[in-house]
Amino acid sequence: MTIAEERQAEVGRDRRRKEDARLITGRTMWTDNLALPGMMHLAILRSPMAHARITHIDVTSARGLPGVFDVFTGRDVADMQGLMPCVWPVTEDTVLPDYPPLAINEVRHTGEPVAVVAARDAASALDALEAIDIDYDPLPVVLDMESALADGSPLVHADKGTNKCYTWVLDSAAAGSGGDAAQAAADAEVVVRRRYIQQRLIPAFMEPRSVVVDPTGEQITVWSATQVPHILRLLLAMSTGVAEHKIRVIAPDVGGGFGGKLQVTPEEFIAFAAARRSGRPVKFTETRSEAMLSGHHGRDQIQDVTVSATRDGTVTGISVDLKVNMGAYLGIITPGTPLLGAFMYNGIYRFPAYRFECTGVFTNTTKTDAYRGAGRPEATYAVERIMDDLAAELGMDPLEVRRRNWIEHDQFPYATAAGLTYDSGNYAAATDRAMELFGYDDLRREQRERRESGDPVQLGIGVSTYTEMCGLAPSRILGQLRYAAGGWENASVRMLPTGKVEVVTGTSPHGQGHETAWSQIAADQLGVPFEDVEVLHGDTRTAPKGLDTYGSRSLAVGGIALVNACRRVVDKARPVAAHLLECDPADLEFVDGAFRVKGTPGASKTLADCALAVFTSHDLPDGVESTLDAEATYDPEDFSYPHGTHLCATEVDTETGMVSIRSYVAVDDVGTVINPLIVEGQVHGGVAQGIAQALFEEAVYDEDGNLLTGTFVDYTIPSSADLPTFITDRTETPAPGHPLGAKGVGEAGTIASTPAVVNAVVDALRPLGVSDVRMPCTPERVWRTIQDARNGSSPAPEGGERP
Amino acid sequence: MTRISMTVDGVTYDDDVEPRTLLVHHLRERLGKVGTVVGCDTTNCGSCTVLLGGRGVKSCSVLAVQADGMDVTTVEGLAGADGELHPVQRAFHETHALQCGYCTPGMIMAAVDLLSENPDPTDDEVREGLEGNLCRCTGYQNIVQAVRDAATSMRAGTAATVDAPAQASPAAQTQGVTT
Repeated sequence: MTIAEERQAEVGRDRRRKEDARLITGRTMWTDNLALPGMMHLAILRSPMAHARITHIDVTSARGLPGVFDVFTGRDVADMQGLMPCVWPVTEDTVLPDYPPLAINEVRHTGEPVAVVAARDAASALDALEAIDIDYDPLPVVLDMESALADGSPLVHADKGTNKCYTWVLDSAAAGSGGDAAQAAADAEVVVRRRYIQQRLIPAFMEPRSVVVDPTGEQITVWSATQVPHILRLLLAMSTGVAEHKIRVIAPDVGGGFGGKLQVTPEEFIAFAAARRSGRPVKFTETRSEAMLSGHHGRDQIQDVTVSATRDGTVTGISVDLKVNMGAYLGIITPGTPLLGAFMYNGIYRFPAYRFECTGVFTNTTKTDAYRGAGRPEATYAVERIMDDLAAELGMDPLEVRRRNWIEHDQFPYATAAGLTYDSGNYAAATDRAMELFGYDDLRREQRERRESGDPVQLGIGVSTYTEMCGLAPSRILGQLRYAAGGWENASVRMLPTGKVEVVTGTSPHGQGHETAWSQIAADQLGVPFEDVEVLHGDTRTAPKGLDTYGSRSLAVGGIALVNACRRVVDKARPVAAHLLECDPADLEFVDGAFRVKGTPGASKTLADCALAVFTSHDLPDGVESTLDAEATYDPEDFSYPHGTHLCATEVDTETGMVSIRSYVAVDDVGTVINPLIVEGQVHGGVAQGIAQALFEEAVYDEDGNLLTGTFVDYTIPSSADLPTFITDRTETPAPGHPLGAKGVGEAGTIASTPAVVNAVVDALRPLGVSDVRMPCTPERVWRTIQDARNGSSPAPEGGERP
Repeated sequence: MTRISMTVDGVTYDDDVEPRTLLVHHLRERLGKVGTVVGCDTTNCGSCTVLLGGRGVKSCSVLAVQADGMDVTTVEGLAGADGELHPVQRAFHETHALQCGYCTPGMIMAAVDLLSENPDPTDDEVREGLEGNLCRCTGYQNIVQAVRDAATSMRAGTAATVDAPAQASPAAQTQGVTT
């Protein structure tokens, strides 16, 4: 067979997704759909206390109930359940408390697992929980970070003698990457100091987590609704002592993650222990309330930020003092999450001096960990808020201050004071385009008119010009930051005898559309039809090597592994094609899926011809292996730096505090786009989650450490009626380090949007004397802020109570 | 145990159920209808939406015994017998109105229900109409577009087959059963 006609490039096409067919017809394989013969269903008894000693547990009557196979406590499995791992102790002296999956003697947050029932069905297991007799001796509770750090505070872990987990410092003067930020502030003409509060958020993926464990003799198969099947397998092995090669982990279809499933969970470990105890398959599926109570949360930081500048608006330094709530225990990357923002507080600006200090604090709350953006939304929020505050201080337009300070297009690659080298970008182009789509000048005019007329509904304009570091991550940098693993990614390509292709990827998608995008990439690289590619993922048996999906890494890192694997396939096919064509391999060119003899039109062999030839292997050249399959592992040289400009116009009713988004423009630069439909979807969803932090969501505890927002009734993720239609566009600055020019996109929208919205709310209210509104900017909070400003009082400090 | 009988996606099932069993659990655990999923425990998320007697309900807010004698359509029964997708399913695919897809079965069923009441909704009417179905991935924009596109194609389809035998859509069928 020969192919003559030119094929259309797949990269850049808005291909409809291959994943959709099963998702829109109800044929999806969610973990909770799985039912195995003889399977036991688990229910977990959880602590109602935020801090207490367990003085007594009696499970005898629960054991005798109908349909109950097994009931066990932490003491029953203490020697086999393992300890929950933290793989990112950020300093040498990071405090690492023991974290048993099932509590043994003490509970440290509400919702902590204390006992487990295994029964014939979920309802019987839940019934039996009520028959467990348990007594607690309450211990003092500490919830607030500053209280926890104060002398004499109750201790979350008494044996550690402190609630401080670590302090980590990055100082550009010490590192040699810039000047002294403290000196810059001392010398400055203008200094702006602000405290911003990053409220606690809950990832709230739509599919509750579920795990099925099937022990079959020595081998154990685990299905889990996880972002990280490879990491789960490794950590189950390392923590429980079960040999790694005996464990198979499968992440089937996974219903969203947003970092919330970048975790190995006590529930997974408990199910693993339950299956090993009984030798039977088990399933545990959490309720939504359990997910909110005991799945990890995100953000929860106090940010004290200082910016120094000259009178003309040129910034001279930035310093950040961060306190981060770890919760009661350390999850997989709890301490490291803020470090992913540590290099980003200087944003897109030429800050000559930078200092960052971060203190992790234990409290009697559910642990925090990665949530979409993980450290970078917080950093971007702080710098974009304070740039607006600086502009207000100087009486300048917020965009003018940014233009004066941002890195110009011709200054890339640019070494920042934080020690990164930004690869590429064009901040002016994205901003100009966003202003045009937004109608910036017209909106500013309308804002003036409304201010002058004293309109009760004020107009605010919010700006966010962001960049971020994604594509996690160069292994050498992870090593320097004391992260326990590398950041490479793996892909392999299997050429089937019929010319069809199986791509095996180590990434583990849960909504991102890798099956579609990877097919497009492989189709272009191999010159095969899009339909002829099948993408396999999420099973440690079929995709044995990988580091999974988070940190906008899959395309930025895994995409390069895939391109390299495809190129190796072509290289392996070349001598086969040359043999079939009876020519020298050097005389062949590979175009559109076929090897052609240069200068001899018509003489060609497709990749499929070569695949069949190696399958039969009847006539191969000497020394050629009977396979075209190839594998590649890629470790990135550097991070990926998408950027963009988001503009938000809010109408704020000064009489009711109601905020409504009038228009939202996002112009993002994520490098070369593989599939514009998917990219736009990622931006929409990301922006929605950032808006949700700005206006709607907050996890709140009462003074006893009970989560008040433990359901979707109280934790108000936005509905379709709460969000506007977004106007999106892109500029395209190809990533120089990526063979396809692609950058990460998964987190960009979330990173950019929160400050755009809050800046718009504050901008609307500045004439009333308001300079900050705490997130989420609910009507009541906005209204109170306005009242406080009118009364000349500073806002009352807010503790855990919900306004 | 209570004896109930219901027709789900065209098949009649007779079962003994505990009176406390929710319809969604009956569908998933007894009938194997796992296309319908559970996303919360407070009836907020709408992931479990099905048509009961032709009207959209959150199947976590209905007891299985309450569905006795009734006709249930889930996302699994929406496509035609020949596998041809329902216009709402097709529009969700075409406009990229799903990412992880977990809310999708409920979202599609809610959209079918919405369009049966309002065949030509505005953007705002779609947004208000789907307020009871939460999605964490898409920001809803493409969902709104999908529903409007489906409305357009369904109106065109209705106009073209106005006198055709009544197997246009399962939604129309189940509505026929109850009215």
